[in-house]
Amino acid sequence: MSGLALFDKIWRAHVAADLGDGYALLHVDRHLLHDLGGGRAVMDIEEKGYRLRNPGLTFATPDHTISSAPGRAGTTATAGRLLDDLRRLAREHGVRLFDVGEPGQGIVHVIGPELGLSLPGALIVCGDSHTCTHGGMGALAFGIGSSEVTHVLATQCLVQRRPKRMRVRFEGARRAGVTPKDMILYLIGRIGAAGGTGHAVEYAGEAVRALDVEGRLTLCNLSIELGAKIGMVAPDDTTFDYLAGRKFAPGGALWERALAAWRRLPSDDDAVFDREERIDTAAIAPQVTWGTSPEQVIAAGERIPDPAAMTDPGKRRAAEAALDYMGLSPGAPIAGTRIDVVFIGSCTNSRLSDLRAAAAVARRGRVAPHVRAWVVPGSESVKRQAEAEGLDRIFRAAGFDWREPGCSMCVAANGETVAPGQRSVSTSNRNFVGRQGPGARTHLASPALAAASALAGAIADPGALGG
Amino acid sequence: MEKFTVLRAIAAPLLRENVDTDIIIRIDRLVGAGRRSELGRYAFEAWRFTADGGEDPGFVLNREPYRRAGILLALDNFACGSSREGAVWALQQRGLRAVLAPSFGDIFFNNCFQNGVLPVALPATTVLAIARQVEADPEHNQVTVDLLRQVVIAPDGAETGFAIDGLRRRKLIDGLDDIGLSLQHEAEIAAFQARDRAERPWLWAVEQR
Ligand code: SF4
Repeated sequence: MSGLALFDKIWRAHVAADLGDGYALLHVDRHLLHDLGGGRAVMDIEEKGYRLRNPGLTFATPDHTISSAPGRAGTTATAGRLLDDLRRLAREHGVRLFDVGEPGQGIVHVIGPELGLSLPGALIVCGDSHTCTHGGMGALAFGIGSSEVTHVLATQCLVQRRPKRMRVRFEGARRAGVTPKDMILYLIGRIGAAGGTGHAVEYAGEAVRALDVEGRLTLCNLSIELGAKIGMVAPDDTTFDYLAGRKFAPGGALWERALAAWRRLPSDDDAVFDREERIDTAAIAPQVTWGTSPEQVIAAGERIPDPAAMTDPGKRRAAEAALDYMGLSPGAPIAGTRIDVVFIGSCTNSRLSDLRAAAAVARRGRVAPHVRAWVVPGSESVKRQAEAEGLDRIFRAAGFDWREPGCSMCVAANGETVAPGQRSVSTSNRNFVGRQGPGARTHLASPALAAASALAGAIADPGALGG
Repeated sequence: MEKFTVLRAIAAPLLRENVDTDIIIRIDRLVGAGRRSELGRYAFEAWRFTADGGEDPGFVLNREPYRRAGILLALDNFACGSSREGAVWALQQRGLRAVLAPSFGDIFFNNCFQNGVLPVALPATTVLAIARQVEADPEHNQVTVDLLRQVVIAPDGAETGFAIDGLRRRKLIDGLDDIGLSLQHEAEIAAFQARDRAERPWLWAVEQR
């Protein structure tokens, strides 16, 4: 019999009941709620007469709709009402809320790992597709729909069908200036936005082992853009060092017990995957998207592809529509494309290491006068740490806006949008039509490339910016 | 939940790959949205309307008889992206009860079954062949999705079988609520939790903090 993969080990440990046909009733260790769906789910529960089964395993924070303006000045009436719902959830149902202004508030996928809530071997769900991010901790984490959120609140379990397993090995080492964001965008460009559909993806190989935890979270974050609702990295000493001493991580004797169990999680040498991919990491250069799907991506030094040269009719039609929406011409170099907005933030790239990388570029110049550039830290803790290091001063001095933590312009659910027809370089994860606001044109890239583009007023490779 | 057994309806070809849930329903239409019934009019908003707010006659769901379609024909990775269940509600409110495509976004696929909508995975060649027949006379060349027999019947009568697992099939046919079914496993859930507290206490320590 072949060995088990990381995914199998966690799945097996969470089966409360086998429902047959590949289905299981899985136990949920951590359920995260946010302002967009939390209140509604609780109302659902109350209406149907269920009780919240395990409020102690449920955690909430506002992120999607809350204003990121300094002092939260732009909070809309709707956002205020959604926040009130979360507060009621905490008061009446005993769910732990990380409220505005408290350390712990932030984008759900930033605070889970940061607080030590997201642990190796845990099963984590949230009504948000980027829950795959937590897989970077060695957890089994995935996004669910609102009916499923209600289901988890009532039962602390979820009915799931076992996905197939896929492993992506990033062999070799990253070149200088190449970030985890570039690695994952490159992979999506290679195997497509549906490349991981139906699979739980494990990222492995030398270049993944070498990543710090924040980099692994970025890598796993875009699993859903690969079509996979689950992405994961085996836990190792890097993970354990990151977790030790975090607020909700186990301490003392429990820590030792946990550690012993966590060390048994990595995939066995003879584990079998339904699909394997291998990426030569040294071939990766800084990436930037040119279209309206994350698979429409090229290196920052390349030219915009010509749909006429594409053999697959589906891809050709998609490329034509994307270029039309994006207002780009085939064959032109993507670098130098004039931009209007830069957004550094989102659950992909708003952690301390991301802000440090962007600040290192920002200190080399000033934001071009025609560009509106925002830095939105991922959490209250990230914000405070960045301020303690003086990163906020670097950004402000360079002409960036330094804002309050939340999802902000990633999803435009809080009125913070890119204007119709305007072009943005964003460190987020989706370049879909209208994602950053109706008619907005989004180019996805790393924090360093976004910062360099802000200074240049056009898409720019930070390596090419000059010192 | 609305039951699903056999559906015969006009099918609308939306032959694109990677149609994402942001396109199906914009997030700001879901924020604080009162009723699901209001979402239909916002489905595919960015494609349905032109810049001046008028309907774009080039978009398939704006044309007769596709406005009355009950089935959507799409290409690979339909409804990828966000977990928003509002994408299913928006389709449902437009009268769409089934989607035929080669593959689907994983979370959307699950969400469909929570709402009595049937996603059917069919080879791209089959979807395209059905689309060609439909386009010749969309009003009369209707498509049948028969969940009882697990077949899709093209306008020319050609049948294509599809796989669906027993659990999901049963729930759709009977219109069963997932939560009620899972609560029948309460004893197993309680037993699991008791065992887990002893075996992996570090996961439960958060309850005390
Ligand atoms: S930052 Fe963007 S992608 Fe991440 S949870 Fe918020 S809205 Fe979703």
